Amino acid sequence: MESHYPALIVFTYVVSAILITLFAFWKERLAYFFAVLGTGTASVLSVLAFLNYLTDGSLRYFFGGWTPPIGIEFVYDGLSGFFLLVINIIALLVLIYTKNPTNKELPQKTVPYYALVMLMLVGFNGIVLTGDLFNLYVFLEISSLSSYALISIGNKKAPFSAFRYLIVGTVGGTLYLFGVGFLYTVTGTLNLIDMSTMLPAIIEGRAVFTALILMVMGIGIKAALFPMHGWLPEAYANAASGTTALIAPIGTKVAAYVLFRIFFYLFGIELVDTIVPVTYILGGLAAIGILYGSIMAIAQTDLKRMLAYSSVSQIGYIILGLSMANPWGFAGALLHVLNHAVMKASLFMVSGNLMFKEGNTDITKFNDSFRKKYPVTMASFTIAAISMVGLPPLAGFFSKWYLVLGTVENANWVFLAVILISSLLNAVYFFRIIEKVYMKNSAAGQVVADNSRRNEAPFSMIWPLTVLAVALFVIGLFNAVIVGFLMNLFPI
Amino acid sequence: MIDFALGHYAYWFTMILMVIGLYGMMFKKNLIKKVVSLAIFQSAIILFFVAVASKWDATVPVKSDLLPVEQVSNYLNPLPHTLMLTAIVVGVATLGVAFTFLIAIYNRYHTLDEQELLDKMN
Repeated sequence: MESHYPALIVFTYVVSAILITLFAFWKERLAYFFAVLGTGTASVLSVLAFLNYLTDGSLRYFFGGWTPPIGIEFVYDGLSGFFLLVINIIALLVLIYTKNPTNKELPQKTVPYYALVMLMLVGFNGIVLTGDLFNLYVFLEISSLSSYALISIGNKKAPFSAFRYLIVGTVGGTLYLFGVGFLYTVTGTLNLIDMSTMLPAIIEGRAVFTALILMVMGIGIKAALFPMHGWLPEAYANAASGTTALIAPIGTKVAAYVLFRIFFYLFGIELVDTIVPVTYILGGLAAIGILYGSIMAIAQTDLKRMLAYSSVSQIGYIILGLSMANPWGFAGALLHVLNHAVMKASLFMVSGNLMFKEGNTDITKFNDSFRKKYPVTMASFTIAAISMVGLPPLAGFFSKWYLVLGTVENANWVFLAVILISSLLNAVYFFRIIEKVYMKNSAAGQVVADNSRRNEAPFSMIWPLTVLAVALFVIGLFNAVIVGFLMNLFPI
Repeated sequence: MIDFALGHYAYWFTMILMVIGLYGMMFKKNLIKKVVSLAIFQSAIILFFVAVASKWDATVPVKSDLLPVEQVSNYLNPLPHTLMLTAIVVGVATLGVAFTFLIAIYNRYHTLDEQELLDKMN
């Protein structure tokens, strides 16, 4: 049983997708049930697989008993285990949350919606687990195609923004495939572990150089790394609330995982540094992206759009940590993957709650009646916002702290300044909302709404949000344990 | 120089196809033309893989008594072609999704011109 966990996690999602399409047309309520059941099973399996990893170490699952490089394999190691936990548990909480908003925003469409969500999770889990470069491309396209379709179900502009995402995203996937082609011609294998033993001998070659550039470009598009982020704000802002809450926390992180896998485990970061200063370029782009995303977020008047730009900035932190190529940056970036997933999920849930109750997420219409009407939602928003800004003891502080340690280790003062400035910019765009909701300011035309009554969203939309808000405290308190685990993953 | 150009002509053609595809996606205003350019771009990569796997004076990878298995270089490598079958399927699925979006966009805005669409949206 233990040795089958990697395959079972992906298999669970495939089965759920099939069950939803087969049975849910007969009874529509079954779609939500099967989706939550499938995600719940996969979450339990990923926790069990992680416990198994802690005692027995990493696991290689050979399909059909064919050993690599001839066969295809799934590899469960520390990095994939960590990402699996983040993906599946966040997806479970968000899926529980999406029941009401999906019924309201996408009536009659819930069956295909949940089937697509399951397919997207097949893709995400497959990317994280696979040990084969071409398999990774197929899973990347499975997840991308389902997320294009999911994003296209939303407001009036959604199909057009999804179309743009499709064009750009497919170019990204194809460039990645082109890079894989170069690597295959020089090594003759597609297996990651097999290839990583062959690459050091030929790392100086032009084919490897080209492959590296193409793969980084392709994955950079999927990860919305500046300046390839153009598709992201429109796509996230126009999609349905449930979709955004699901894709924003995990979608771009999975692409960041591919970069981690390629840099640290396939090429090896020292080799990458010697043949081409790709880490410098990535670090520079990430730094610009952090500042650009924060400044654009300040300029937005719509909460959802603001959070989408903030995502561009936050993915920058992860890539910045990756580009430092030292254990502090590595652990900080991975911790930020977890933190940002929790924070963005809860922030997009808040925007979903407001959409559900108010019908819009226009920041200019926020006023101090919100704290009376939505006490839990706004409290969770405040916790997540403070964590985004990075105040201790919330989780967001610690990932930034380790990233700062990484910049100090490399003596890179520019990046240190970027991290600090962007924290201030985060404070600007989050505190203006907190001010509107919690401070009484009659001079600025605020309605004094002492008589407004509690009008909170349904319970199924509140408790996943509360769990995530509490999780921010818990992650903050136990960050030393998580970081200790993540530092051990850094390949020397 | 001439040898270099002639020896790699298959790659030159795939690169030209790629550039045509990228040009179309960036500069054509009609959304259908963008999708066609995307298909051209994907085909370029598929042709690249096929060109990589091509081999003169070799035969299909079916074991025969006339050709011992030890003479590996006399057999073609079937893997790149097999991979491209999957990539073609992915490409077809992508085109299907893209055309679905175009139908949705056309039903809503009655145009597929990018500039007109942006004008109508704002």
